[in-house]
Amino acid sequence: MNLHEYQGKEILSSYGVRIQRGIVAQSADEAVAAAKKLQEETGTGWWVVKAQVHAGGRGKGGGVKLAKSLEEVKQRASEIIGMDLVTPQTSKEGKRVHQVLIAEDVYYPGETETSEIYMSVMLNRQAGRNMIVYSTEGGMDIEAVAEKTPELIFTEEIDPKVGLLPFQARQIAFNLGLEGVAFKEMVKFVTNLYKAYDSIDAALFEINPVLKTSDNKIMAVDAKVAIDGNSLFRHPDIAALRDLREEDASEVEAGEAGLNFIKLDGNVGCMVNGAGLAMSTMDIIKMAGGNPANFLDVGGTADAARVEKAFRIILREDNVKAILVNIFGGIVRCDRVAQGIVDAYNNIGEINVPIIVRLQGTNAVEAKELIDKSGLKVHSVIALQEAADMVQELVS
Amino acid sequence: MSVLVNKDSKIIVQGFTGKEGTFHAEQMIAYNTNVVGGVTPGKGGQTHLDRPVFNTVADAVKETGADVSIIFVPPAFAADSIMEAAAGGIKVIVTITEGIPVKDMVVVKEYIKDFDCTLIGPNCPGVITADEAKVGIMPGFVFKKGKVGIVSKSGTLTYEAADQVVKAGLGITTAIGIGGDPIIGTTTKEAVELLMNDPETKGIVMIGEIGGNLEAVAAKWIKENGTKPVVGFIAGETAPVGRTMGHAGAIVGGAEDTAAAKKAIMRECGIHVVDSPAHIGSKMAEVLA
Repeated sequence: MNLHEYQGKEILSSYGVRIQRGIVAQSADEAVAAAKKLQEETGTGWWVVKAQVHAGGRGKGGGVKLAKSLEEVKQRASEIIGMDLVTPQTSKEGKRVHQVLIAEDVYYPGETETSEIYMSVMLNRQAGRNMIVYSTEGGMDIEAVAEKTPELIFTEEIDPKVGLLPFQARQIAFNLGLEGVAFKEMVKFVTNLYKAYDSIDAALFEINPVLKTSDNKIMAVDAKVAIDGNSLFRHPDIAALRDLREEDASEVEAGEAGLNFIKLDGNVGCMVNGAGLAMSTMDIIKMAGGNPANFLDVGGTADAARVEKAFRIILREDNVKAILVNIFGGIVRCDRVAQGIVDAYNNIGEINVPIIVRLQGTNAVEAKELIDKSGLKVHSVIALQEAADMVQELVS
Repeated sequence: MSVLVNKDSKIIVQGFTGKEGTFHAEQMIAYNTNVVGGVTPGKGGQTHLDRPVFNTVADAVKETGADVSIIFVPPAFAADSIMEAAAGGIKVIVTITEGIPVKDMVVVKEYIKDFDCTLIGPNCPGVITADEAKVGIMPGFVFKKGKVGIVSKSGTLTYEAADQVVKAGLGITTAIGIGGDPIIGTTTKEAVELLMNDPETKGIVMIGEIGGNLEAVAAKWIKENGTKPVVGFIAGETAPVGRTMGHAGAIVGGAEDTAAAKKAIMRECGIHVVDSPAHIGSKMAEVLA
């Protein structure tokens, strides 16, 4: 589950991490009120208006703007709220912006130069341990840094028995070339950042940039936070931060019905039991000359209600030209699934796209017989290759 | 011969009296698997499915000599169950539970290093040695005895592969579902190595998916140490970047995570890679002919 920048920053702040302060606003008027309040609290003279959407690269798409007066705050906020923000990480249609963060200006001039640092905390899958990744090259695309100057990226692995140790925090601050007040600030920053990551079961905390201000403070200017969805049962407060507006409506609806669904833009829908087989079925569709319209894992109980729900969600997309159902019956009996398909088909009524049903495994023969006798316009096959051939025939 | 489990394995079920545990224990027993008892804290002394229930794994091991455990405990408590199994002296711990928090698995991975045990999973279909022992949730009838071993991250795709291999007239020795989570106990390479060392296994099917580098590590090991033909498949050629495809570990992060990149490495290492999952069985028949 992803969080907004402002939510991530609030969490960081509650763990003692210094952040660029800000107030979230849903409208231009709220933005102005927020800017005034922020001025009173922080003394900031300029403001940054930042679109709050679940996508990186917001600045590149025009979703982050500087405002030097309250009029400009109003202007910028009204431009950004309601826009469909297109960034390198969104689809070409972009993401609708519902709210902005009005943030203080932290790049003010002072006794030293400001500098931007990159820092993230995530799982190192190979080691089975968390790690802190950091670099002096903050504020830019970290993938580009990794490609061009990998020697400027450092990692610090955390031993789960003892957690982040003080010497590791110091090592990070030294490697970043910090000294004096900024050094002490960084040690505290890293320590509390890791504490936040560990405490809320995060899957990712990416702070880009971490800013060393001109008066040697270390603070998080951005926060990209992902939470391990499997841990939400023990974090009801974090679960409540979920913003359904950021997710595809069909995907949310499918999730509520116990279906694991991801919308894609292809022309052949699919319904499969098991994630690996579902991905393979998408691959088969592609190889047969089609394009998968979705990923859909119906899970272990492909009963009539779920099958019907799945059909309805897939059929919502006009470009779907065929649907491939691929079920390997193990504990789930194929004839039960077949009955579910027939019932769902009859309940929905008119289905205008051809459906290919491939049922293999327990009672596959009985299932094929049931479908063939139903009189429905459903092509039933048993081998996976036959299903692939049928897709090819239908999309060509 | 076989790997991990066989007809002499003494198996206990953790989460024995729950709905999932009961259903799958019945199926395992119906496959003639040597289930010697189970563990449900607080129900020690009772009998379930004609087998004794124990309060702790340590009690179960002491009374039955169990050396294999299968875990159906809910995700919030599963990590604790794995560590209890390790500390209790279990040698092969098969964890079926899906949805264990990563943070818990980081602790488990570290903890079990101190014990002489093998963890399979979590979030996996389990392990089956054809005609000997089914320690998992797979449909037993698909796995007819033969000479091909399977290593896979996926559940139903494993059944699909086994079905094709059996229908190609080859049959299965042992199939190992290693699981689709970001942190798993036994890696692709470790599972392949077990099958490589099994004299009954003549060929190996290795099924992976997008995300992580387990297949690449296994492929490099096979290039150096392989003595048997390996047929490989990677699911998720069409998966979009940055989306988790069902399995928590199945997410394309960087360039090396993609199906195409993995297949290229596997081919370089001499693995017979098929692009279509419909060709796993026929390819194995071809390379073993």
